[in-house]
Amino acid sequence: MYKYFPHTAEDVQQMLDVIGVKSLDDLYAEIPEELKLHRELNLPSAKSELEVRQIIEGVAYDNQNFACFAGCGVYDHYTPSVVPFLAGRSEFSTSYTPYQAEISQGTLQYIFEYQTMMADLTGLDISNASMYDGTTATAEAMLMCVAAAKKRNRVLISGTFLPNVLRVVETYAKFHGVDLVVVPADANGHMDKAVAQQLIEADDVAGLIVAQPNRYGLIEDFSGLADLCHAHKALFAINTVASALAVLRTPGEWGADIACGDGQSLGIPMGYGGPYIGYLCTTNALVRKMPGRLVGATTDANGQRAFVLTMQAREQHIRREKATSNICTAQGFMCLYVASYLSLMGPKGVQEVNEQSYAHAHYLRDRLLETGVFEEVFPGQPFLNEFTVRYTGTEDLRGQLLDSRFLFGVPTEGMENCLTLACTEKTPKALVDYLIEHINYFLESPEEENV
Amino acid sequence: MAKVIEGLYYAESHEYVRVEGEFGYVGITDYAQDQLGNVVYVDMPEVDDEVTAGEEFGAVESVKAASDLFCPVSGTVVEVNEALEDEPELVNQDAFENWIIKVRLSDPSELEALLDAKAYEAICE
Amino acid sequence: MNNVYYGKLVFELSKPGRVGYSLPQCEVEGYALTDLPEGLRRQSATILPECDELTVVRHYTNMSNNNFGVDTGFYPLGSCTMKYNPKINEEMAALQDFNIHPAVPAEYAQGALRVYDEVQAMLSEIAGLSRFTLNPYAGAHGELTGLMVISTYHRQRGDVARTKIIVPDSAHGTNPASAAVAGFQIVQVKSTADGTVDVEDLKPLLGPDIAGMMMTNPNTLGIFETKIPEIARLVHECGGLMYYDGANLNPMLGVCRPGDMGFDVMHINLHKTFSTPHGGGGPGSGPVGVREGLEHCLPNPQVVKNEETGLYELVADEQSLGSVSGYLGNFAIIIRAFAYLLSLGKENIPLAGKLSVLNANYIKECLRSHYKLPIDGLCKHEFVFDGLKDEYAGDHHDADHVTTLDVAKRLLDYGFHAPTIYFPLLFHEAMMIEPTETESKDTLDAFIEVMKTIAEEAKADKQLLKTAPHSTPIRRLDDVKAVKEPKFTFKAL
Repeated sequence: MYKYFPHTAEDVQQMLDVIGVKSLDDLYAEIPEELKLHRELNLPSAKSELEVRQIIEGVAYDNQNFACFAGCGVYDHYTPSVVPFLAGRSEFSTSYTPYQAEISQGTLQYIFEYQTMMADLTGLDISNASMYDGTTATAEAMLMCVAAAKKRNRVLISGTFLPNVLRVVETYAKFHGVDLVVVPADANGHMDKAVAQQLIEADDVAGLIVAQPNRYGLIEDFSGLADLCHAHKALFAINTVASALAVLRTPGEWGADIACGDGQSLGIPMGYGGPYIGYLCTTNALVRKMPGRLVGATTDANGQRAFVLTMQAREQHIRREKATSNICTAQGFMCLYVASYLSLMGPKGVQEVNEQSYAHAHYLRDRLLETGVFEEVFPGQPFLNEFTVRYTGTEDLRGQLLDSRFLFGVPTEGMENCLTLACTEKTPKALVDYLIEHINYFLESPEEENV
Repeated sequence: MAKVIEGLYYAESHEYVRVEGEFGYVGITDYAQDQLGNVVYVDMPEVDDEVTAGEEFGAVESVKAASDLFCPVSGTVVEVNEALEDEPELVNQDAFENWIIKVRLSDPSELEALLDAKAYEAICE
Repeated sequence: MNNVYYGKLVFELSKPGRVGYSLPQCEVEGYALTDLPEGLRRQSATILPECDELTVVRHYTNMSNNNFGVDTGFYPLGSCTMKYNPKINEEMAALQDFNIHPAVPAEYAQGALRVYDEVQAMLSEIAGLSRFTLNPYAGAHGELTGLMVISTYHRQRGDVARTKIIVPDSAHGTNPASAAVAGFQIVQVKSTADGTVDVEDLKPLLGPDIAGMMMTNPNTLGIFETKIPEIARLVHECGGLMYYDGANLNPMLGVCRPGDMGFDVMHINLHKTFSTPHGGGGPGSGPVGVREGLEHCLPNPQVVKNEETGLYELVADEQSLGSVSGYLGNFAIIIRAFAYLLSLGKENIPLAGKLSVLNANYIKECLRSHYKLPIDGLCKHEFVFDGLKDEYAGDHHDADHVTTLDVAKRLLDYGFHAPTIYFPLLFHEAMMIEPTETESKDTLDAFIEVMKTIAEEAKADKQLLKTAPHSTPIRRLDDVKAVKEPKFTFKAL
């Protein structure tokens, strides 16, 4: 047999006898022969553990590691060693959705903690037990606006969203039949509030969704938008980079009805795109419009406080096509990453991470401007740990930096020669200085000489 | 055995209408509440909303089930039973006393297509 | 698992002044968050806890002791395929070389892209389809993506009248919910008494408004739909596409492929069939495969191998349905599936399916003496009982009649997870059992013995079952209170 299959030949025979068939193949007797695959699968042969390790480590080696100055929704923050250690507890990872609450309190408790933390960070009443990622959480926020408005089908979204978020929301809108209108950016790189206002005043808008910090790294001022939306019976939703919630004016403080975004920046490794976690928070009034699982507190037969999945009548397994969403499994396990991360970091830690990221990013911006080949795209606009600059040189500087193991920002989509760069607590002064040294070196010695 | 009251109009989807003048009080039947179990939430329309016979106007939720409400008659919602917002369990206590919406009937002839108590009782068996 | 309840929340362990992290000193001076305009800064303090490291470690470790997982014991949860999650998969997914930023240009991420492409190729062979996207994050997300593929296919042919999707009444609720999110209306087709799709009921539903039909095979009752060639032919003749919900793919591995059954689009749950952990509700992965001719509809970005350079590239196809994910899906889950596929290889993948069927039929035959078996005959990887036989359960009019819920809760006392209960909806007391291939005959025998004991207990002492579980960390919960007095945060307690 095989290491994952415990059956001995004798076991198999005894079981076949009980069932009353002669062979394993006879268990498929009812299947028409013409549907069966009468050949071996065209796949590699079984590999031993040593071989598997050797193959995959070899493949992984074809990736290259960089000093990371890229952001665009994914940030190279510090993950305390305790976080992956606790995530290694297989009592958590090998369990299913906690339907049997009596033997799933571990999962239910950490989700309840996660819900508490996200509600608190966003300044709203409640959080669900996660969405897939920030892009799909934003799409679900759009669907929520339409569902809550009943008879309205138009949703406005800021054009200052990251392009990959916009693309996902546009895809959901296209198929679901939502009239999604992108509100363009103004000259300062912020959503054009005048355009948004004009559209909202038409009284046919179900919701407005904005981004914070936005695709250029800028912190937008949402003053007046909540009142405007509410005066015209539209919902107001804000997508925020999760770690920034600790220091920026919260969605709740802006008067938002929905907060959504990606939780990757709260202790989750970059992992080439996933798994991350989407968060979605809202007010008590909108709880029944909220998609996804929710954990609530209740008591057991002995009066003991305990936790359970609740408000399930919103969900697909009960409501079928009338459900608030088709989501079932989301990223439950990543709630453990976020909850344990925030438990370790505490209020001081999340503040310090932001302080350092802010300082490093502003230092980097200033040092880049000093080189003489970069200029600010949106001068004077406040940012947190990410900003956009225009490169005025002619050399392929980013390519050369990549070869020297610097992931030097991400090209800003739709803006020629622009780069959006991010810093975290893991890009300290020494690393920034080292980067600048490389830049100056490349500028002084043309590419040919480096080859 | 679920209770059925004489003089009301019934829909096969287990809603009833009690007619008083130009108004109809719409709720779910005793049989329906019994099938649902503990009602924990009633999703109701807003006053002035239009309802159409045979179309959905809300939903009733229990812990492990949810059921859409179909309006047996057409008209305008003039009142919703606000007591159900805080105490949805009233539907379990007395489904006929605790109606869900009050509708100004736009087409009383629709009532003819509904079931009487006897006919409704027959489909509950 | 520990049956002593650890019920604390981390907020209750917090003490002002404690810290659980350390960061290097910031060497940059002259920049502070207070430089930001006051109106853009957070106004309120957070309620995050203040804890030292050991407090946090002990807290979550104690919580884990109240949790049941596949590593703890037998998990016969129907339609969930709770097979063993191999540990080498975890080791491979944790390799630091895979922990790169998703915006790293493709030429520097060749290792990751190769994993993606090799997994998609292996899934294509197993499914009998042409190409897979691994971007969808979960099964339901895969369904949604697959339905978008179907919609895109019709739109591109200018056939905009196809607005309806057919779903069997036995289908999981996710199927109609996904179709609704994808903008389709749902048409339900009835099941026959043996639990399979009623072809006579299907025929009149077919027409120029049908975009496609969603099915699982074997279906949610664990029964193979032998009429699948006829169903596929009928749906194709009316111009629709066939969608395969891969929730029940496990027993079909290497025996019978969805593509060969006539399906055009499908999703696979890597967290079911390909052994990646369920994580207490995700992250999973829901790759979507299509037959030849539909590849261009798959979501962007797509991973394509440039045959000239030998390098993998990220491509955005203009004919694609669009994007459904930020990047390339739950990549770390894909690595785990890669390790599993390599480990089992062509020799053992079919064996996994066959042994899962052996295990399911064995339990079914051993327990049909005590539990109602509504559908006879060979099952595949799972089957459904309709509760205890009346001689054990008592008269269903009586208040102390033993229900499926009671049996499920009593199983917890014996150290087993419960089956899936009250699904599918075709039976009142449904109890859906899926043992998977990684469970031994010894484990199955112990489970069978306990299930029989519970039946006897039901006869002798109904209250014992009505009030079960008794030896778990907590007792039965008040579900009604949880909804009526909703408390979703520590603040609300």
